[in-house]
Amino acid sequence: MDYHSPASFAEASALAANATGVTRFLAGGTDVLVQLRSELVTPDTLIDIKKIDGVSDITRNADGSWTLGVAATGAEMSEHAELSRDWPGVVEAMDLIGSTQVQGRATLTGNLCNGSPAADSVPAMVAAGVTVSVTGPDGTREVAVEDIPTGPGKTSLSKGEVISAVNIPARGNNAGDAYLRFIPRTEMDIAVVGVGVSLRLDGDTVTEARVSLGAVAPTVLLVEDCAKAIIGSTLDDAALDALAAAASAACNPIDDKRGTIEFRTEVAGVLAKRAAKIAYARAKGEKA
Amino acid sequence: MALDDRKTDFTFVGTRPNRPDGLDKVTGRAKFGADMSAPGMLHGAILRSPHAHARIVKIDTSKAEALKDVKAVVTRADFADVPFKPGLAGEFWNVLENVMAGEKALYDGHAVAAVAATSALAARDALKLIEVEYEVLPHVTDVDKAMAPDAPVIREGAADYSVPEGMHPNVVRYHESGHGDVDAGFAEADLVLEDSFVTEATHQGYIEPHACLGLLGNDGKGELWCTTQGHWIAQKTCAALLGIETSQLRVTASEIGGGFGGKTTVFIEPVALALSRKANRPVKLVMTRSEVFRATGPTASASMDIKIGMKKDGTITAARGEFRLQGGAFPGAPGDMTAMCAFAAYNLTNVKQIGYDVMANRPKQAAYRAPGAPMGAFAVESVIDEMCNKLGLDPIEVRLKNAAHEGTKASYGPRYERIGLVETLEAAKAHPHYSAPLKPGQGRGVSCGFWFNHGGETSVTLALSEDGSAQLMVGTPDIGGSRASMALMAAEVLGIPYENIRVTVADTATLGYNDVSHGSRVTYASGLATIKAARHAVEKLCERAAAKWDIPVEAVKWENGCAVPSGPNAGDFDPMPLADITAKMGRTGGPISGHFEATPEGAGVSFGTHIVDAEVDPETGKTTITRYTVIQDAGKAIHPTYVEGQFQGGAAQGIGWALNEEYIYGEDGRLQNSIFLDYRIPVASDLPMIDTVIVEVPNPGHPFGVRGVGETGIVPPLAAIANAVSNAAGVRMKQLPMSPPRILAALKDNG
Ligand SMILES: Cc1cc2nc3c(=O)[nH]c(=O)nc-3n(C[C@H](O)[C@H](O)[C@H](O)COP(=O)(O)OP(=O)(O)OC[C@H]3O[C@@H](n4cnc5c(N)ncnc54)[C@H](O)[C@@H]3O)c2cc1C
Repeated sequence: MDYHSPASFAEASALAANATGVTRFLAGGTDVLVQLRSELVTPDTLIDIKKIDGVSDITRNADGSWTLGVAATGAEMSEHAELSRDWPGVVEAMDLIGSTQVQGRATLTGNLCNGSPAADSVPAMVAAGVTVSVTGPDGTREVAVEDIPTGPGKTSLSKGEVISAVNIPARGNNAGDAYLRFIPRTEMDIAVVGVGVSLRLDGDTVTEARVSLGAVAPTVLLVEDCAKAIIGSTLDDAALDALAAAASAACNPIDDKRGTIEFRTEVAGVLAKRAAKIAYARAKGEKA
Repeated sequence: MALDDRKTDFTFVGTRPNRPDGLDKVTGRAKFGADMSAPGMLHGAILRSPHAHARIVKIDTSKAEALKDVKAVVTRADFADVPFKPGLAGEFWNVLENVMAGEKALYDGHAVAAVAATSALAARDALKLIEVEYEVLPHVTDVDKAMAPDAPVIREGAADYSVPEGMHPNVVRYHESGHGDVDAGFAEADLVLEDSFVTEATHQGYIEPHACLGLLGNDGKGELWCTTQGHWIAQKTCAALLGIETSQLRVTASEIGGGFGGKTTVFIEPVALALSRKANRPVKLVMTRSEVFRATGPTASASMDIKIGMKKDGTITAARGEFRLQGGAFPGAPGDMTAMCAFAAYNLTNVKQIGYDVMANRPKQAAYRAPGAPMGAFAVESVIDEMCNKLGLDPIEVRLKNAAHEGTKASYGPRYERIGLVETLEAAKAHPHYSAPLKPGQGRGVSCGFWFNHGGETSVTLALSEDGSAQLMVGTPDIGGSRASMALMAAEVLGIPYENIRVTVADTATLGYNDVSHGSRVTYASGLATIKAARHAVEKLCERAAAKWDIPVEAVKWENGCAVPSGPNAGDFDPMPLADITAKMGRTGGPISGHFEATPEGAGVSFGTHIVDAEVDPETGKTTITRYTVIQDAGKAIHPTYVEGQFQGGAAQGIGWALNEEYIYGEDGRLQNSIFLDYRIPVASDLPMIDTVIVEVPNPGHPFGVRGVGETGIVPPLAAIANAVSNAAGVRMKQLPMSPPRILAALKDNG
């Protein structure tokens, strides 16, 4: 196994482009090292991106948008008061990952690129409209989070491409987001269903919404019908029922050791309602 | 074995000092199974079957053996063809077959070969070079399917004499017991309820994986260091499996990171020794968590039919149960235990119970606290709860009305001596928990539970030091704070402080035979032996004092750590403290020690009653346990904190078993959830504070009144939680675990 710790993303990209066999980037390593030790994936090339300047920075840009380095950890995000105020849903989704120890290592980018349909931060990022900067042999492009995963364990990144930053839009006024997941226990478990909701209000009326579902299809879903169900409403019971119905209709889950098709489909609707209510309350400036 | 010299007022017993091993454990100084190393040590690894059932056509180890780092490879051919030794018979063969597959791999994870190499990584890589040719056979993992006529036969001729003719060869033992006439009893009832229940297999879930260091020379002399609940059984079994003399293998038990019954047999120990013998170097073997799940432990899974008849006033007129237990690809599922315990809490005129031991393509079941009893209690206590609901009766009143007491003919045969079931029920009724209001969406459940408890072969030695301190050697690994209890009991007899007694779990070369730390026997049996060994030492101390004072030994008694004249006629001497006697013992007759060896028979059965509140989310089927109270008879709590720990542990493990823990097999017969991520034991935040009440109805069979407490605590939880969840959800849950998808489906079916 070859281990590299490049000083720039261009260098990381070149190393990956020229590597043969199985290549992995090493962010927090909470997926990579676990898979290595359990012999699921034994990389031939390991490219540690944590030595690149600025990878742990969390920056609020002049326009209110955020740029997160790809090695910024869950713990660093939760401890960032301003980020937590702007995007509580994204932060709480990341904070659900693993234990205190895992929080000290795990990253948004690792969670996204590991490609699990059940990844907790991904529906929250999709709902929030997050994009990532992708650096490759031909330069850097910006890609919406929902366009990265292509199936369990698979991403749209091509050989030699590495994510170099996470871009979260400006929150703006009268807006809120939330993420909820279902697990049979209270922590240290993997989402059976995950729902991210982000919305904006004009008075009591929802004017913008993005709803994303996790663990109910081969990739995290951005569900337009869910957004339509609540846009223009005051999140009244009828709108919530329509939201739940749209969420359940969008599900294309599997039966597995973690949950049945019927269960996931039903609970996606339940959680969509609950997450929407929280996002709505947050948009109104209420504590939720 | 009734004792007439039972003590009731205590100085040390009943206090709560820190456990002697506590500091070592919290500072990392304690040595567990994987913590021992030896010069020249090799690392072992085991190749395991990926098939649920397959004939092993050929194993080619040549490529692995050719590696420079590999020093030995073993297969079944490297184990002795076991000449049946007295007392070991059939089970012995089963253990060998489980430790290393013979002609067939019998379950996913069954060991088929092992290597020893210069590093753990090299050993793991070498496994990949071993070529095994399998002929895959049809498999079965479900208990009811394994009994069906078309089920694949796992081993022809494994059944014993007890199995009625016409049953499938996978049914290997049959048990039937009871008394009275159940049909007549059902005819007398105002309400007869019949229902069926199933439970999945669960793993003991000890945090420390199996680990050992083995050294065996060609001269047949060996050393073994391992994490185990019983090193003498490890010694006896390993010696037999390797064809060496028992006494030539010295086994030391490491500190143990949990066992719960799962470390009462051997898995990797004989393999490490076989590798060592071949390589002529020490070999360390440590299981991964996945190996622990796939190849050790679990409980049996169960399928059960219950029928109970009840009068309108709650009197049970008859009870009948059939219990089918699947225990993996070997005989041993505790169908008999399940049957015998199921109705043991009740005073019944008419009762009949039938138990089946069924084989399937799963790992060999191992004991897990009160093996077999929790499943039966789940089924029986669920039916009783449903009958209380239907007749509008209070569940504790109904249990009190039918409760077994001293003199009751137990459902499994004998008459009870003094028992404490009624006392636990009265304490439950009086506990504030039982009358606390429930919130909407919450339900309450109660259940009783019973376990036999066990005595077992026991040897203890106590040696006094010149300075008046004492070393106590016991042979039962400390799985729950027992060293503290032993020291308290010795302190009580000797009259010296707890801190002055060091308790060591001695190795097999130091003491006579000791049965495993199981059957809730340690505080009872090793405790009894400790008391007797200490009294033996006291006799000698009194002799020395008598000699010094020149009076008959009958005229000396032992009081508060001193020899004193037994009365005014004995003479006028100042009390002679223990340390004064031991200071001179070398010159007054030599070292002073006490010994005791026996198989105590008065373990004393044990009962408990649990109260549980549960809240069910009607939209997701998720259960939260909001309140839990354990009430159990401990006879006499030697160290109350560790008794409470056993109670709480039983409840915590029961919550896991009831709600989320289960073995999940795919269509291919392979275990799908062999890691803690998907095998869902409760995490700390899943549990409420578990309240405890220690009831003390002294056991007539122990000098201080002790009844074992280690197992009964896991008998009531499955039923108590199922009753709470069923009452909260408004629908009877008959399958464990009651995972959210199952509860949500039941809620939907119920409209
Ligand atoms: C105990 C435990 C509990 C967990 N609980 C959860 C949970 O509750 N929810 C959940 O969603 N996950 C959970 N996880 C999984 C894991 O922690 C998360 O997926 C985490 O976010 C991964 O981040 P990382 O930085 O550690 O990724 P790494 O392991 O470093 O990398 C993961 C993947 O991302 C790729 N990658 C990393 N950085 C880049 C980059 N810059 N560009 C391109 N590809 C990159 C790597 O090649 C690799 O394929 C858990 C893991 C553990 C060990």
